[in-house]
Amino acid sequence: MKTLRDVRVGESARVVKVHGQGRIRRRVMDMGITKNVEIFVRKVAPLGDPIEVNLRGYELSLRKIDAEIIEVE
Amino acid sequence: MSVIIAVAGNPNSGKTTLFNALTGSNQYVGNWPGVTVEKKEGILIGHPDVVLVDLPGIYSLSTNSLEEEIARDYLLESNPDAIINIVDGTSLERNLYLTTQLAELGIPMVLAINMMDEVEKSGTRIDSTALGEAFGLPVVKISALRETQIDELAGAAMEVAQKNRRLLSVHRFSGGVEHALGHIEEVALHEQPEHKQRWYAVKLFERNELVEAELGLSAELKAHIEQDIWQCELEYDDDSDSIIASERYGFIENVLEKVTVRKKAGELSPSDRIDRVVTNRWLALPIFALVMFVVYYVSVNTVGATMTRWTNDKLFGEIILPAVSGKLVDWGVANWLQGLLVDGILAGVGSVLSFLPQMVVLFLFLGLLEFSGYMSRVTFILDRMFRKFGLSGKSFIPMLIGSGCSVPAILAARTIENESARRMTVITTSFIPCSAKLPVISMIAGAFFGGKGWVAFGAYFLGIAAVVISGLILKKTALFQGEPSPFVMELPAYRCPSLKCIFRTTWDRVSSFVKKATSVILLAAIVIWFLTFFGWVEGRFQMLEAGQINHSILAAIGTSIAWVFKPLGWGEWRPVMAALNGLVAKETVVSSFGIFYGFSEVAAGGQEMWMSLRAAFSPLSATSFLIFVLLSAPCIAAISSIRREMNSVMWTLFAVGYMTAFGYIAALMVYQLGTWLQGGVFTLWTGITLAVTGVVLWLIFRPSPQADGRLKRARAGSRG
Repeated sequence: MKTLRDVRVGESARVVKVHGQGRIRRRVMDMGITKNVEIFVRKVAPLGDPIEVNLRGYELSLRKIDAEIIEVE
Repeated sequence: MSVIIAVAGNPNSGKTTLFNALTGSNQYVGNWPGVTVEKKEGILIGHPDVVLVDLPGIYSLSTNSLEEEIARDYLLESNPDAIINIVDGTSLERNLYLTTQLAELGIPMVLAINMMDEVEKSGTRIDSTALGEAFGLPVVKISALRETQIDELAGAAMEVAQKNRRLLSVHRFSGGVEHALGHIEEVALHEQPEHKQRWYAVKLFERNELVEAELGLSAELKAHIEQDIWQCELEYDDDSDSIIASERYGFIENVLEKVTVRKKAGELSPSDRIDRVVTNRWLALPIFALVMFVVYYVSVNTVGATMTRWTNDKLFGEIILPAVSGKLVDWGVANWLQGLLVDGILAGVGSVLSFLPQMVVLFLFLGLLEFSGYMSRVTFILDRMFRKFGLSGKSFIPMLIGSGCSVPAILAARTIENESARRMTVITTSFIPCSAKLPVISMIAGAFFGGKGWVAFGAYFLGIAAVVISGLILKKTALFQGEPSPFVMELPAYRCPSLKCIFRTTWDRVSSFVKKATSVILLAAIVIWFLTFFGWVEGRFQMLEAGQINHSILAAIGTSIAWVFKPLGWGEWRPVMAALNGLVAKETVVSSFGIFYGFSEVAAGGQEMWMSLRAAFSPLSATSFLIFVLLSAPCIAAISSIRREMNSVMWTLFAVGYMTAFGYIAALMVYQLGTWLQGGVFTLWTGITLAVTGVVLWLIFRPSPQADGRLKRARAGSRG
């Protein structure tokens, strides 16, 4: 399964499904990471985590471990 | 009858600016009951009967965070007369997500599209009439910063509030979902008021257990509804909560396609261009260091320090104190009353006022960093380092400020969103040696270690180590357990912040502290003054004269509790009470020794009494004393800010108790193990200390139940 974590900086991906449970899954969806949305991975923080992505016209940062619950293609 | 209007919106949507513009100076700032989240209420300008409630900034009503819970509970339980939903016009898609949820609550609502000046500058056009029709809401385009169309917005909000017509949401999802929702309303909700049905139907569709319980659905009915949900999930090949989120965003995408015209897509905004440099992989840390240096240098070193010195030495030392003393002598006021007023009350007020200038300057900077959008980048840059210790990337700022003064540092922790990281920061910040602890450090360094710089360096290192160790210990305890708050954070666009807003926030923060702290510090100063200058001489209770300090109540108390500190190597009343006096302000540790050893004047580093100190302490016990003073409970002003930020007596007691225990154990380890390693005998206390050391090491290195749970969950999630 390819997840958002595997998307390289400067590339885009389309969300297939949000896995995981509880608050993290809920929050990820509330922030607009839903089926079929395009996510552009803009950069990685200087210390290697978290990452910064662009979607729905705004910038979002999330940790790599949380990016793993987002299945993309 | 008064009208209550709630202001709701995403963080960074300009909600605070709008709230200030609507209410002016008629505000009351407090906390939501039982939590550390700020609650603001205000009166609408020109309408004394209209109360505005500023809800915490939220992205959704789905109780992901404390803020969302507060906002949701308030809207559902207090039933305000209307909602003003403010959305950022430059980021409509995500902002309108909350709008779709708010519109389902049945409360009359007005939509305020903010930052219209920026929207227009970027060449985007928004058809507000069409947008309003799509959501069934009146829409006002505003700029909260420039205060345009604010009156129109207030008017529209009052109008919907007075009409008092329950809002029926008009946004609809795609066929399959609507079919299921319609069916749920039919079988389970027909007895509910019409304007509430949609909200309940969506919640039942999402399998929200709270709502299921609230409605008291029978098992049979639940099974029936489950059928509908299950069928819909099959059709959409997705989970029900995920379907709803997708449908909301889908609806918004559709509407925006029709009502907005964008000029050019894909071009980098000014904010993106700033971010290319500011959060650049190589430049981010140097830039951050530079920003922090400027903040620290200006507020702690130059402006802050100069103003603090001026308030202390000039304003109090040369103007107020002599004037008051002179007057008191002129009026022939009794000796003890003079002492009380000058040494007790004025000294107490002085100690509050002396760090006020520093605090103001720091808060102006913090406001600037927060409102400009840089603060979120700080979290982004430092998250990885700090989360290991249960802290937030933003915890760096309180820690840095803490090297100046713990009071503004603790208050600065407010900018951390995650409550558990915020509490952790509040508890550990005062481990960092503040400027008031420097005289104590230089006294010990001077008397025992030839004034070497490494003592001060060691003190800072000790502070940082205490923060890190505490983070490792505390984050595994039950107090900081529970499901970790997700770190999924918006990086808002950089904005030129409103000066008015920054001044306003600074004023609120500083004044609310002064109000709370002054009374506590005053009381403490008076009590200590009384204990120091009164006592029994030859069986008679009286005010003491110079040289009678041994007869003071303070000495009596100190002697009776000195045994507690015996294992630390300084079980005599003088050091014990000097350390305790440090509660009023840490620098008084030095002047207390001065009084106890009978010196009338002591310099900041206490040079006069080095000999007396050398007689009372060994280098090892002096180190243990210094460690205890540095790490144990901070001064009363800091404790009262902890109380202010924690909004809970229990947490405050925990924080103070934890720090004191930490300081005690650290001092114990250094003294006992040091004595033993220097060739001393192995005593009972050496054994106890070794056992304690073992426990501490176990607390630090035991596996974290929380991390395990989270990893398991993540794995289970990726399988599912």
